[in-house]
Amino acid sequence: MNNRTVEIGVGLFVALGIAALFMLAMQVSNMSSITRKESYVITAAFENIGGLKVRSPVTVSGVRVGRVDAIDYDMHSYEAVVSLRIDDNYDTFPEDTSASIFTAGLLGEQYIALEPGGSMNNLKPGDRIQLTQSALVMEQVIGQFLYGSAARNTAEPEAGEPGAGGL
Amino acid sequence: MLDGLQSLGRATLGFFERLGRGNLFLLQALSNLPGMLLRPRLVLTQLYSVGVLTLLIVLVSGLFVGMVLGLQGYNTLVDFGAEDSLGVVVALSLVRELGPVVAALLFAGRAGSALTAEIGLMKATEQLSGMEMMAVDPVQRVVAPRFLAAMLSMPLLAAIFSAVGIYGGHFVGVGLLGVDDGAFWSQMQNSVDLRADIYNGVIKSVVFGFVAGWIALFEGYDAIPTAEGVSRATTRTVVHTALVVLGLDFVLTALMFGD
Repeated sequence: MNNRTVEIGVGLFVALGIAALFMLAMQVSNMSSITRKESYVITAAFENIGGLKVRSPVTVSGVRVGRVDAIDYDMHSYEAVVSLRIDDNYDTFPEDTSASIFTAGLLGEQYIALEPGGSMNNLKPGDRIQLTQSALVMEQVIGQFLYGSAARNTAEPEAGEPGAGGL
Repeated sequence: MLDGLQSLGRATLGFFERLGRGNLFLLQALSNLPGMLLRPRLVLTQLYSVGVLTLLIVLVSGLFVGMVLGLQGYNTLVDFGAEDSLGVVVALSLVRELGPVVAALLFAGRAGSALTAEIGLMKATEQLSGMEMMAVDPVQRVVAPRFLAAMLSMPLLAAIFSAVGIYGGHFVGVGLLGVDDGAFWSQMQNSVDLRADIYNGVIKSVVFGFVAGWIALFEGYDAIPTAEGVSRATTRTVVHTALVVLGLDFVLTALMFGD
């Protein structure tokens, strides 16, 4: 076997392998989006965070402005405390910004949507968002719906037989 | 009765003897690895026969495995209206499991068997003892460069397999079945994590390269120096490598993705 052929072959092989690794890192994984940008943290307390996870997106009007940094439970207020890491170029949210937990699609992942208020003062790093709306838990919604229709039926007994309410 | 016991005892002792020989052999090969930095040309030749010659089969199988994943994934996902997640399915299954495992199985069939046969034949034709007569350590001269070449080429082969497979899945999903191109890549990038998925896949393939190289070289080095002995050693290499790779893959997956 010619020495030159061997060397060219090995060179090609190694170059191809490194290119494949590079392609996996840059094109396939989320490496391009975890480049460390300057950011700051604000917190928000929720009664129920549902299926929210660390690294879930934080959006404003659908635009991703940060990610969930940490999720803790506060034993004094009995609420979940979520730390939001927001990119530094989005640093002028009003103090009365509200945070809600929504679900992307019917079965998608959960994310936090911020909605800016009208206050003249801006949120500072480390501040806590006061207005929050918890995640929608399917069982609760169905439960409320069932009780709601049962209550309606008993409130107007002449409309149907009492006790036969519900669905 | 006693004969039965004796043969059981002999088989057990033989098994442990072989296991011990294998470990001593591994230690010897590992202690010779640093010396390989001084003789890169030996490693280069082996990289050619172990890595470059395996490239073709890895490229072709990667492409087809990716295309099949694209086709099967699409048919299942489209029932849920989730065909946009096709990229995630293809990329995760390739990067986490199929890339390292299938590349290692192909590697055992293409390169491992060749290594065993080569070294076994060297032993049968007394080339190894000839080297020892000339005060050349056969482990250093013959085994170590092959071992290093196997460990270096496995991660590269696995990465090439995964990358080609993802393009194969992309070709079938986006090119033929009409999945949206942007959704294919962006959902993939959202779900595939550099550390959890890609690094762990690379670690897996390094481990598999280590195991495949060790088994192939030891089987050759320990083969009975006859035509039949070499042929049995070659068969054992492929079978044992496949079993160990599949078993280790489960253990590694449980460790890496278990929680």
